[in-house]
Amino acid sequence: MSKNIKLRKGLDINLKGKAEAVLESAPMAKSYAVSPLDYECVTPKLLVKVGDKVEAGQALFFDKNNPRILFTSPVSGVVSAINRGEKRKLLNVAVEPDQEQVAQSLKVTDIAKAERSEIVEMLLQSGLWTRIVERPYGVIANPEAQPKAIFVSAFDSAPLAPDYNFILKEEKAAVEAGMAVLARLTEGKVHLSARQGSEGYMAEVKGVEYHTFSGKHPVGNVGVQIHHIDRIAKGDIVWTVNIQDVAMIGRSVLAGKVDMSKTIAVVGTKAPKCGYKRIISGASVESIVGKVEADTRVISGDVLSGVQTAADGYISANANALTLIPEGDVYELLGWAMPRFHRFSVSRAYFSWLCPKKEYNLDTNLNGGERPFVVTGLYENYLPMDIYVSYLLKACLVKDLDKMENLGLYELLPEDLAVCEFVDPSKIEMQQILRDGINLMIKES
Amino acid sequence: MGLRNFVDKIKPTFSEGGKLGFLHSTFEGFETFLYVPNTVTKKGAHIRDCNDIKRVMIVVVLALIPATLFGMYNVGYQAGIEGVFPAFWYGFLKSLPTIIVSYVTGLAIEFAFAQKRKHEINEGFLVTGLLIPLVMPVTIPLWIVALSTAFAVIIGKEVFGGTGMNVFNPALLARAFAFFAYTPQMSGEAVWYADGKTGATALEQLGTTGEMQWSALDAFFGFMPGSLGETSTCAILIGAALLLFTGVASWRIMLSVFVGGLAMGYVFDLAGMTEYPVYYHLLVGGFAFGAVFMATDPVTSAQTNTGKWIYGLMVGALAVLIRVVNPAYPEGMMLSILFMNALAPLIDYFVVERNIARRKKLIKNVK
Repeated sequence: MSKNIKLRKGLDINLKGKAEAVLESAPMAKSYAVSPLDYECVTPKLLVKVGDKVEAGQALFFDKNNPRILFTSPVSGVVSAINRGEKRKLLNVAVEPDQEQVAQSLKVTDIAKAERSEIVEMLLQSGLWTRIVERPYGVIANPEAQPKAIFVSAFDSAPLAPDYNFILKEEKAAVEAGMAVLARLTEGKVHLSARQGSEGYMAEVKGVEYHTFSGKHPVGNVGVQIHHIDRIAKGDIVWTVNIQDVAMIGRSVLAGKVDMSKTIAVVGTKAPKCGYKRIISGASVESIVGKVEADTRVISGDVLSGVQTAADGYISANANALTLIPEGDVYELLGWAMPRFHRFSVSRAYFSWLCPKKEYNLDTNLNGGERPFVVTGLYENYLPMDIYVSYLLKACLVKDLDKMENLGLYELLPEDLAVCEFVDPSKIEMQQILRDGINLMIKES
Repeated sequence: MGLRNFVDKIKPTFSEGGKLGFLHSTFEGFETFLYVPNTVTKKGAHIRDCNDIKRVMIVVVLALIPATLFGMYNVGYQAGIEGVFPAFWYGFLKSLPTIIVSYVTGLAIEFAFAQKRKHEINEGFLVTGLLIPLVMPVTIPLWIVALSTAFAVIIGKEVFGGTGMNVFNPALLARAFAFFAYTPQMSGEAVWYADGKTGATALEQLGTTGEMQWSALDAFFGFMPGSLGETSTCAILIGAALLLFTGVASWRIMLSVFVGGLAMGYVFDLAGMTEYPVYYHLLVGGFAFGAVFMATDPVTSAQTNTGKWIYGLMVGALAVLIRVVNPAYPEGMMLSILFMNALAPLIDYFVVERNIARRKKLIKNVK
């Protein structure tokens, strides 16, 4: 077992509305949706039309940039709607589930004996391939590529994050089977990182390089872990898979058929009940939390890097939590001059430092106006990586590709900058700036 | 709330297309001053820290208050007024016009530029506007204050793109402008007393005779002539404590300026070029004020942590070097900080290059 990696930089934001260790099954939703917008740089091309009957694991659309990558239905049923936005941009494909669920069976189930190319093809066909993320850039893995290594983080350190030890308590076999699949995809190692002190059974998983980390958010981000295990240099390709998706792949392989069910955390002060729900990927928000109150921000994922989701929308494919917090569209008289005991700040210009154990109920107010970069040295305290954040962001803003590359663009994804964005008094949209920079890099290379 | 309703009622008049739409930025400046806006997060992190630039700037203003209040008292004290309150009141009346002129001139220009650029108004001048009178002699004619403030804001800041983009510290630039353009009103023996008295400052005395007429304790508490805010090292240190505690100013810079100054002082002491105690350098003139409030300006100082150490050490060392070696400028702090403002991006460049080099080495290691 390797040495524990302790990170000193970062921030844990103590929020109200944590998930209690209670697991319930959500009722079958009226409809499930698959959206190309859950992934970066996907140009969808439809394979179905409204009224078509589909099985779970049957393709709904594919990516024009890479036709081998299929996006499949999580449930069996009838395609009920193809929702489009401006300029006929595909928003999602909705499927109304049948009473009886039928799933397509996998072509390859004996992972140890199959060729690598057969395993890749099986994952592509079933749609499980879309769960593999490629770095640099954070896009769906290119099936033609050979990754240097595959990284899995066994914990999430974001505020109100789900506890995977609880979610995957009964799924050790599935996790191990999933890891075995990943091991066949790379010539290099499969790295698994757990949080020190809450390793669960992760230390016992075979066939992986095991690491432990301790520290504050974003210590659970796989990008930060890669930086401390085996940094991404120019020309490297590595893949990452969320631990719950590893279990999903493993479970499907063990059962011999596509199974996209998962457990998500329902959290936040506006959630009707904070706990865990068993759902199928792409379920409607309504099926998970019922009617949402007015003035509520529904987020697929965590409060720092999740995506805003409509109350009548669907949870993102990659989300392992549904967070509901109050909207903050109110004025605050002379707020910047007030003590603001109910709000949280890392700055000792406020008083949060007096009560480090206090749980906060934060809303979505920006708490100020956007300003140019003024403060210095702050961001670096919240990113445990050897990267100069403001220099990289400025390179992204001026679209200087060489500088972006030199300053560490390949090592970062927006989620890794989420804490910096949170603490920034200039309210700069760092995650968006970085994403735009990454997408520009993809376009130019 | 009545006030909120009133603001909402007049808002359309000042919005784009409204009758007074050209005052859009000004209105918004006042509105956001009164109320933290109801803007919610759109992209990225859904929750945000409640700290903003307004708060950051107001902490700096608060940190300047002890030095300002003592400076006002000292004006009266130097003029020979008996009693704490009468002396303070005398100094208050003498220095208030300078403060008002500095704020009015600077804010008017800031508002005009924000309007023109359709930007929100930046809070940076709340600090600059107070810094400028604090680094001027109390007898400074008001038109010089107005002129140098205008110069600093337009040439020093707005031509570079406004707050966050400037190369030089605007307040120091205002002082440098006044110092070189109107030297008789900025230096010499007559400008430091509000009542027409004359006398050399501690720095001049040290520079010429190697002694000063005040004790080290007087110098520490600030009972000596000088620019409004710079004399009391004690009051400045109270402000420094607030800046360091809240983390608004960089402790690396502050510490390294003092270390750099002391180190250079010892060099001259060992070389036999100065005969007074080395720590005098930190007590007299604008050294402490510059180290705490000017050198730490995050926009114009070095931005990387390593860079901050180098920058601070050089600011301190250069200030003492100019003081001792160049008799034409008894005060070296202003020039040393401005010079290092110009060099800060270069220091950062080398620090960032090392980061890039580490990243490039990674590629070679792999192959």
